[in-house]
Amino acid sequence: MRGLLGIFSRVGGRQDLGRGAAFWVAFAIVALGLVAFPLFGSAFYLSNLANFFVYVPMGLGLCLLWGYGGILSFGQAAFFGISGYVYGIVAQNLSLTPGASLLGIAAAILATVIVAALFGYFVFYGQVSAWIIPLLTLVLSLILETFMAQTAGYQWRIGHVLLGGYNGMTGIPSIQVGPLEFGGASIALYLLTVIAMLLGYLGLRLLVNSHFGYVVVGVRDDVERTRMLGYNVARMQVTVFALAAGLAGLSGVLYVSWGNYINPSSMGLYAATLPVIWTAVGGRSSLIAVTLSTVALKWLADSLAVRGGEYAFLIMGALLLATMLFFPAGIVVSLNRLWRRARRHAP
Amino acid sequence: MSSPVERQPLLRVEGLTKAFGGIRAVDELNLAVAAGELRCLIGPNGAGKSTLFSLLSGIHQPDAGRIVFKGEDITELSPFRRVRKGICLKFQTTRIYRGLMVGENLTIARGKVRGTNGRLEWALGVLGLAGETARPAEICLALATEPELLLLDEPTAGMTPEETALTADFVIKLSGQGITILVVEHDMAFVRHIARGVTVLHYGRVFADGTLEEIEANHEVRRIYLGEQ
Repeated sequence: MRGLLGIFSRVGGRQDLGRGAAFWVAFAIVALGLVAFPLFGSAFYLSNLANFFVYVPMGLGLCLLWGYGGILSFGQAAFFGISGYVYGIVAQNLSLTPGASLLGIAAAILATVIVAALFGYFVFYGQVSAWIIPLLTLVLSLILETFMAQTAGYQWRIGHVLLGGYNGMTGIPSIQVGPLEFGGASIALYLLTVIAMLLGYLGLRLLVNSHFGYVVVGVRDDVERTRMLGYNVARMQVTVFALAAGLAGLSGVLYVSWGNYINPSSMGLYAATLPVIWTAVGGRSSLIAVTLSTVALKWLADSLAVRGGEYAFLIMGALLLATMLFFPAGIVVSLNRLWRRARRHAP
Repeated sequence: MSSPVERQPLLRVEGLTKAFGGIRAVDELNLAVAAGELRCLIGPNGAGKSTLFSLLSGIHQPDAGRIVFKGEDITELSPFRRVRKGICLKFQTTRIYRGLMVGENLTIARGKVRGTNGRLEWALGVLGLAGETARPAEICLALATEPELLLLDEPTAGMTPEETALTADFVIKLSGQGITILVVEHDMAFVRHIARGVTVLHYGRVFADGTLEEIEANHEVRRIYLGEQ
């Protein structure tokens, strides 16, 4: 019981916005509303919302990595893509085996974390300058995109699964557990994305308020200081990088379970930039801000895309510029500050 | 009566060399520091004092020579491992985590320490860490790692004479707690206040070594360093 209370007080710690009772009441109401939504929402809305929520773990991962860890990465798209492809290859090849999709999930996330840990090992143990890391991670995403784009043709197959080149990999089975299929328009997938989003948020909030989380923030604020307190900074950075990648991998798996399809553009320039925009616009120093901005901006981008053209990219870019000029800390975080200031000055 | 372990110095530096570009900041330097010593390193600008500290703490790797701490060669060890072995550098400038509260800073600093020898609590008691100034917090961060060898890089930089005197008192008390302390300092008033062993560095080498009186009586030292004042 005391352990449970300890966890609760830690989740509510000060390394994120939203600490009062009012926040947690609102959080509980929204969470219950999301869980209860299938009772009255149509399949169309469920599917759309699931598509937005799919990306939240990836955004949260970048929030941890960049906002708390101080490492800007364009590599989330690469890990999203690796995970989606690996899941597709494993689940499709084993499609007749029971538990294929669970094996697929495990393989996808494991592969993602291993690639991230290897990449991170060379970057962080090699003490690559902080400003080079965004470039290296962007290159990682673009190389993977370019590589996958040329895998058209029958010779590019693993087992009986075609990689598909720029047309992408089709026919990826949705996650299936027993009789329950987590397909694109299913209540099951919708609820799975809601759970992934809520647990991702709460789990990371627990993490950033733990001792580990404080040291991660310490590394961000002063690498050398933290090293001089006896911490293996490189190992911590690799850990955080791999954790963020694992979350992007979770998004990748949920995405292919939703759409049964993935193509190389999921690792392209636009895809690599989007998580950075979600995180910067919401406010990278806050997990709740990034959760909100990921859903809101994904919704905005999709609404714009429906109208056709490449407006979405333009408007996302403009939004990023405007945020950096007027709300460098992020919109949600800045609004929260304004509100707190107003409340302090209120009689 | 002293056992061989006690006779062995806590820190031994042999032939330590570090060049930046063509300049040998530290040049085949030899130094031995006994456990419990409180020693000041003085010398003109560019004598290699700060470079020596960066080599001892592992921020820079030497080009040649070796560093032996408690009988173990630590020349190749990364900085964080040296901290865990008991060597801690207090930065010249205050480098606490400004976004975090003092208590949170100390929690991070204690993270790699098992158990406690009570020195942090002692220091907090002596300094009365009220949080009005960040300066004591810096030394507390260093002490929280429970060092056996504490490297103080210009602890009085930017201090008033009163603050300098208080800091000197604190360093003497700290030494009384059994911590071995090396101090790089320009302020001769501070060095005189501490009045223990003094090592003079010049062109990256040990120029003179002795008690405060011996050093102040040394004509060559007066010429290259003290005479400047």
